[in-house]
Amino acid sequence: MPELIAPEIIKRRKALSVSPLKASSTIGAALAFLGIRRSIPMLHGSQGCTAFGKVFFVRHFREPIPLQSTAMEQVSAIMGANENVVEGLRVLCEKNQPDLIGVPTTGLSEAQGADIHMAVREFRAKHPEYDRIPIVPVATPDFTGCLESGFAQATSAMIDVLVPAAEVAGTQPGRRRRQVTVLVGAALTPGDLEHLKELIELFGLRPVVLPDLSDSLDGHLPPEEFNPLTIGGTLVSELPTLGDSVATLVIGGSMDHTADLLNARTGVPDYRFAHLMGLDAVDALVQTLAAISGNPVPERIERQRAQLQDAMLDSHFMLGLSRFAIAADADLLVAFSQLLAGVGAETVAAATPANAPALAQVRCDRVRIGDLEDLEADARDRVAEVLIGSSHAVHTAARLGIPLLRAGFPQYDRVGGYQRTWIGYQGSRATLFDLANMLLQLERGEIHPYRSRLMPRADETAGVRHVSGL
Amino acid sequence: MNKKDIAALLDEPACAHNTKAKSGCSKPKPGATAGGCAFDGAQIALLPIADVAHIVHGSIGCAGSSWDNRGTRSSGPTLYKMGMTTDLTEQDVIMGRGEKRLFHSIKQAIDSYHPAAVFVYNTCIPAMIGDDIEAVCRQAQQRWGTPVVPVDAAGFYGTKNLGNRIAGEAMVKYVCGTREPDPLPAGIEHDGFKVHDVTLVGEYNIAGELWHVLPLFDELGLRVLGSLSGDARFREVQTMHRSEVNMMVCSKAMINVARLLQERYGTPWFEGSFYGVADVSQALRDFARVLNDPDLTARTEAVIAREEAAIHAKLEPWRARLKGRKVLLYTGGVKSWSIVSALQDLGMIVVATGTRKSTEDDKARIRELMGQDAVMIDDGNPRGLIKIVREQGVDCLIAGGRNMYTALKARIPFLDINQERDFGYEGYTGMLELAKQLALTIESPVWEAVRRPAPWTLAANARTAVDTDPAADAPRDADLEVAHA
Repeated sequence: MPELIAPEIIKRRKALSVSPLKASSTIGAALAFLGIRRSIPMLHGSQGCTAFGKVFFVRHFREPIPLQSTAMEQVSAIMGANENVVEGLRVLCEKNQPDLIGVPTTGLSEAQGADIHMAVREFRAKHPEYDRIPIVPVATPDFTGCLESGFAQATSAMIDVLVPAAEVAGTQPGRRRRQVTVLVGAALTPGDLEHLKELIELFGLRPVVLPDLSDSLDGHLPPEEFNPLTIGGTLVSELPTLGDSVATLVIGGSMDHTADLLNARTGVPDYRFAHLMGLDAVDALVQTLAAISGNPVPERIERQRAQLQDAMLDSHFMLGLSRFAIAADADLLVAFSQLLAGVGAETVAAATPANAPALAQVRCDRVRIGDLEDLEADARDRVAEVLIGSSHAVHTAARLGIPLLRAGFPQYDRVGGYQRTWIGYQGSRATLFDLANMLLQLERGEIHPYRSRLMPRADETAGVRHVSGL
Repeated sequence: MNKKDIAALLDEPACAHNTKAKSGCSKPKPGATAGGCAFDGAQIALLPIADVAHIVHGSIGCAGSSWDNRGTRSSGPTLYKMGMTTDLTEQDVIMGRGEKRLFHSIKQAIDSYHPAAVFVYNTCIPAMIGDDIEAVCRQAQQRWGTPVVPVDAAGFYGTKNLGNRIAGEAMVKYVCGTREPDPLPAGIEHDGFKVHDVTLVGEYNIAGELWHVLPLFDELGLRVLGSLSGDARFREVQTMHRSEVNMMVCSKAMINVARLLQERYGTPWFEGSFYGVADVSQALRDFARVLNDPDLTARTEAVIAREEAAIHAKLEPWRARLKGRKVLLYTGGVKSWSIVSALQDLGMIVVATGTRKSTEDDKARIRELMGQDAVMIDDGNPRGLIKIVREQGVDCLIAGGRNMYTALKARIPFLDINQERDFGYEGYTGMLELAKQLALTIESPVWEAVRRPAPWTLAANARTAVDTDPAADAPRDADLEVAHA
């Protein structure tokens, strides 16, 4: 394999962001809390922060989204809003008795100088009757980071509050011999997580996924008519046992710090994967699972691997030397660019909303920290043939006149985007097929018929019409 | 915006809430708040102005999860669909570089997209750290010659309603009256056909529904000089002061616009709706009445007679299907009375309606339509709504998109009535779409399917019943029916 060169990171130079690619770290944090069973996030900001976040996720997942607000208004924006936090927590505890309340801060509360941890302590002092309800504050001002980083920070905060240090709790790596902790980044869809859990179970292991959106936002119809809290997700009661897991799997470079924290707390050995798309990435995971479990790779998995290999052969004619533009948060960008590189396709334009260490692994000569306007310009200059991005990129793709594969957040103009499985041998195969089909439709290399002027065929009309069309 | 200005906006003399104890613009409660902020409201009110660069001055939370999420349509430019934000960074906030970034952003928008105007929406962070967006806008306008309008509607100022009002105020203050209308194209006016200039305030052309109504305006000689803000252009909004009559469409949110235009230019206004056959006719009649043009009145009556006859014939088969069906309407109250009459047009029974944002006038109107015992819902928490649906045997819940999936989880047929919807219901022809969408959900076979338990659980239940009650050897059909119901 040729030596990999990290891409040049081109930072934002212009004042105005046009067709923003970024979703805030605040709602990224909210999303992580939505992966915990019977939980509710309460954003510490004005009511609009929550309303926008709610609409964002409602339209993406087509699910009711429990999300509350500390409802800062004029007075609290100036005078301090700790009281809003205390009152909001009291109301949620009293009304819904949740298993967990996440409190991500917003740009408003952070710029005001709110100390969210102190506000939570005030609540604890004032309302000891709710001591049993865990509250997880996290600082996620929307002027730093993006959805992916906020998601990771919230997951770290949950570990910080709910996973005790091994020496305090007496947990011991491997005491639960079949339990595997799976820390997953925001790039994985509920469909991905479902597949990942099944894969792990095939090795006789028991995955505890944190946060588990595949249990809460997979789009299922529960028997209860109404739930003010999340209808699934990681059980809060499982978190103190993460120190007993035999191993931790970490999916996504964005979860690195989170993994460090969990590792420092529990001493459980971890295995880190940048993503799970394409043969190399999935091979690494499967081999790790075989090693952890001591079980051979099941035949079914071998078969899926062989299917992916066959798909790579079939699609390489279309995908080889084809030119892609990708707009996504860092982990997803890394995943797609590596998947494409693995079949001889090129990522010619790449944009991502915020800088991240993981970007060093993107297989493209440069990555722009920017918006869809930047990506559009690059894609045009470098003649991209297919675009990968969220529903926001629909207009971009239309202006470029190239097809769009929808991935990432938000996807509001399709049903079921949230549920697609991208990872594993099977998910990778489906992606390769879809992309190859898109390229086939472009009729590249099509040679247009030449009609000689020396030999006119006056009586010929092009093509033949179907009888019913007469 | 200082506290006094906000208080002045909240104290809207033309708003009936002002005379009652309850206010539609009251303070939100931590942990129990639904609905958007002032910035949200301002953006909803103005975003449909299609040839304007709408710049959100703030951190990404405001624009990042809200751009391009409205169902409003334009017949021409699509600049409004392009999200633009200063996307403030931590450095901008700490170093106080917001104003500078905004100034350059305005230039960038003008250079790249040549907009008719730039609107700058203020948001929480710059409002709190004290960016003077009015000064920046003034300076930018002077420097580059493109109108730049500040809309100072930071989220923490208050609710969506307040934001609507701030947006309206900004239009009257900075835009209306800055240009004279174009002359009417030659050859349109003739004896017995005089064209009147009118405006629509509070109409957003959701899913293009305004286009159901506009042909009738053309036919009658009502020129829509400008609108706030469905399919509007900046240069049209500039001329709204020359209107002969302004129609407040459905919502009182921008009532201050109608009042201010009346105060400054003496333009009369009336409140009306384009939802439902009766209300569309009433709106057309009101234009003729206020304009006091006997010829227009005669032509209006002829058009109404023709259109009503046509739509009634087309609605007949739908009425047969929808007649007697029960509806629970929860719109927060803004358009309640208007939708109520549209539903009654279809022969449906409205068992209750939301009035959270309704004025006393609205409520009086609702009582007129639904009778004195009309159930009015002030607090639309999902549990309460589901309870009413069950108790009253409601066939369909009509509410905003935010509640949609709550209704679906409760297996309740649903119709989306808010901003994000994909279908237009205005005008006579809009009623057909409304009827179709209602029938589509109410009559769908999926409801029976999603209420049906898995067959094996029925068998198991039956077995348990047999086990626990050895005498029970009757056919189990009764159980099945109960389970289906």
